[in-house]
Amino acid sequence: MIDVNLNALLRQYRSNPYEELHIETPHTGIITFNVKVGDLVKGPSGAWKERPGTTLFTLEREGNVKKITAERDGEVSFVRDEVDGEFCEAREHVVTIRHRLSKDEIINFILRKVLYVFEAPETARYYLVPELEAVRDQKKEITLSPGDDFLIMSLMKRDTFLKYEGPKGTVFRLYFKPGDIVEQGEPLVGIASPEDLDIVDKIIQRIQSEWED
Amino acid sequence: MQDTSHVLTQLLERAQYLGDIKNDPTWRGLDEVVERIKELKDSFYDIPEKQLIREIERIEDRVHFLEDRVAENITPMERVNIVRSTHRFTLMDILENVYDSYTELGGEGECNLDPAVVVARAVISRFVKNKIYSHQVMVIGHEKGKGEEFRNGGSAKPWGNDKALRYMKVAETEGIPIHFYVFTPGAFPIEDYPGAAQQIARNLYAMTKLKVPMVSFISEGGSGGAEAIGLSDFRLMASHGYYSVISPEGAAAIEGKIKEGEKVPKELIEHCAKELKITAEDNLRLGTIDRIVQEPPLGARRNDFAFFRRLRYEMIRATDEVVLKTKSFRAFRAYALRRKKEEGKDVPDEFDVVVNWNLNGLEKERLLEARSKKYRRMGLRFLKEGRPILPVIKKAKEALSRGYYEIRYGLLKHHKKSVKQLIDDVSSEGAAMLKTFTDPVLSVYEFMFLEPKKRRRVVKQDHSPLHSVFTQDWEQYTSPLSNEDRTVTCPNAQKYGCVDLWVPDLYGEFAGVCPTCGHHFPLEYQWYINNLFDKGSVKEFNQHLASSNPLGFKGFDTRLKRDARRTKRNSAMITFDAEIMGLKVVVAMLIGSFRNGTVGTVEGEKFVRACDRAQTTKRPFLCYVHTTGGIRIHEGTLGVIQMPKCTMAVREYIDSGGLYIVVYDNNSYAGPVASFLGCSPYQFAIRSSRIGFAGPRVIRETSGTDVPPDYHSARNALKRGHIQGIWDRRMFRKNLLEALLRMGGPKLYYR
Repeated sequence: MIDVNLNALLRQYRSNPYEELHIETPHTGIITFNVKVGDLVKGPSGAWKERPGTTLFTLEREGNVKKITAERDGEVSFVRDEVDGEFCEAREHVVTIRHRLSKDEIINFILRKVLYVFEAPETARYYLVPELEAVRDQKKEITLSPGDDFLIMSLMKRDTFLKYEGPKGTVFRLYFKPGDIVEQGEPLVGIASPEDLDIVDKIIQRIQSEWED
Repeated sequence: MQDTSHVLTQLLERAQYLGDIKNDPTWRGLDEVVERIKELKDSFYDIPEKQLIREIERIEDRVHFLEDRVAENITPMERVNIVRSTHRFTLMDILENVYDSYTELGGEGECNLDPAVVVARAVISRFVKNKIYSHQVMVIGHEKGKGEEFRNGGSAKPWGNDKALRYMKVAETEGIPIHFYVFTPGAFPIEDYPGAAQQIARNLYAMTKLKVPMVSFISEGGSGGAEAIGLSDFRLMASHGYYSVISPEGAAAIEGKIKEGEKVPKELIEHCAKELKITAEDNLRLGTIDRIVQEPPLGARRNDFAFFRRLRYEMIRATDEVVLKTKSFRAFRAYALRRKKEEGKDVPDEFDVVVNWNLNGLEKERLLEARSKKYRRMGLRFLKEGRPILPVIKKAKEALSRGYYEIRYGLLKHHKKSVKQLIDDVSSEGAAMLKTFTDPVLSVYEFMFLEPKKRRRVVKQDHSPLHSVFTQDWEQYTSPLSNEDRTVTCPNAQKYGCVDLWVPDLYGEFAGVCPTCGHHFPLEYQWYINNLFDKGSVKEFNQHLASSNPLGFKGFDTRLKRDARRTKRNSAMITFDAEIMGLKVVVAMLIGSFRNGTVGTVEGEKFVRACDRAQTTKRPFLCYVHTTGGIRIHEGTLGVIQMPKCTMAVREYIDSGGLYIVVYDNNSYAGPVASFLGCSPYQFAIRSSRIGFAGPRVIRETSGTDVPPDYHSARNALKRGHIQGIWDRRMFRKNLLEALLRMGGPKLYYR
């Protein structure tokens, strides 16, 4: 059984449905703020995130004026005004963005806490082993025990079978599409023990029904 | 009553067509007229016949009156609207009405490799003394369709142009003339293989020396897309068509510096349409077309059968003229001249003679020669060049140098090679023959008088380089950009964690290259002139040719002067002789600082002359593109015809045995890449450069799709097979030398 106090977790997110992003100066320089507390800022946009987000501040060092832009959408909750136009040291916390979490983001956060997540060991293409793929095609639950071959990592025409090494459980979520390239460290599979599945389902249902986006 | 319905339908079409021309369905109450016709169509059974007739006559008078007003003065932009109207005739109408029969090749309708390009084998006939004579032709053209989305408005995709090229070669194999019909607003800007620009370049390259008569007819000639099937021996143009370097809307957006998504003012579009000189009369005056095919006062529509009759006559006549110019018979030439005098007269029922459109070997040579002359002469009369004081001396000098290089690298080298090959062959044959006799004697001799084997003398080679290929052995040129005391951030800093770079280091020691990720910061063209070639070897020629404003584009003179003052150059093309480690090369360089490296009449002519110089002196020819923004829009179609003109020069240079290498840097886009650059068999790019047909904004605006930021990167161009390699700037000299030696080899100064 997973040791999660669902109510406490939900209460925590409901009381503060924000993620606070602390922006630091990447290096020394004279800082000029472009935002003030309360301003809404946007993160990178475009299909390839090619359009940079809102400029938060500029940092000038040796005649090089560098724009520091917002990486996420949100509202500016803190600006260290006293250093505006002054020299600032590196790694100083100067701006905070309060990013309101969406329903999907919260579900993902909670699932990360309650599921055992298997991450990609290398950047490669991943497939389920044929037996599990067949089970998946029949829309049945995939159950895994430690030592089971469960994934094929395909890299440069070299297929390597990956053994499952987590707690015994049922695949709750596949984070990849078989055949797609997955970067190293990205989540591949979320696993919950069979008795926890109900709780996980309940978590999602409650967030879906109770949470306002 | 059926007739009444038919009359009303026709009236409705006429009224709607007027709205198309004016691009305003409410012009002078047109909307009310249209509304009234629709009402009558819906209820003519309810109206007494006399009243109905009276009403129809009244509407007809009104439509007729409006038609007369429109025909009085058709502005250039209205001609563009005529061409874009769905009522205008298309290639399929021509195939149905101009040709006796046809078979579409390479697809039908939607089931087609590219429905925007139609290819057909067709039969065209003429009457001579009451007898019918038929000719086989290959018809290639754009099909705009009648509102079908799959036709893509006549915008050919790269594979559509490839299809066209395939059937041009079929026509050449079969020895039948080609009739081209240009109905395109421009080529579809897509880089997928074979690539929009690269395929147009391939088409142009092939068409320069296609050994069959080619006649083209232009209704809508949108720049590079038109050229892909526009290079021909005789260029006809519809009197109400347009042939332009860019759409008036595109030109207006550039001229008015309109931001993406903002509306371009109508007045500015009208102004640009006028200034670009896009009409048939303008193009005839500029010499970019040969003849105008007259249309009815408001332009030909799908059911203008008299126009199709005229078009058939003009196509046959133009093909006759092309063929007759290759004949040695004087009588035929006289006939051709007589026909020329008949221009503008009514279409006769019969032709005087039958001309056989097949050409023999000598005639094919004459055809190619005439085509070469035609394109090389295009736009020359707009070139402002002072006449030499003594033309005889200039001509004699040219003949002398031609003679010298012919003897030096042609005759002598050729004979030397032949004699060497003969000696090699004879000695090896002789040695093999003698061996059978001498071997037994030698073995007996060696057995009896055995001598210790002599040690081979090892000849030590001096490996110490006299000159380094990486750096020059004199003080290096350093970019003036390095004179600033500040740092800059590499654009890839976030991705690769590049450290900030101190400008004197970056533009000095690092040659503008980020030491962490290898990103190339742009450098001025002088850096290449000074660091690429041997010291003191750069000798510029044709310096006196200066860019001008041949169309009299309003306000362009001032901009030209400003650029000339700022850059101390008089055109975007620099041509010079140079040496790399003693290897002599002819170089043409397009520089970005002058009008963004755009190509106009002067740039084209300088390129052609450099090409010819390389051919005369039998040297390799390098074209280094510092930056090119395409064809200079302010020179209209005079700029566009630089595409076939320069490609013609390149083709003749390569055919005569030359080695042509292109190196792209910074940004290279549009017309030049789609012609004389893209046709090179050896194209390389400097790292961090971008190569393509149309920029991201144009792609977004024309195709409605967005492209990733690295869509035009050199890396992607290499992946798509558009270029043959990517070079580091610091290795440019070494790579170029190697390329010259590898691709040129012992035949560097001509095959």
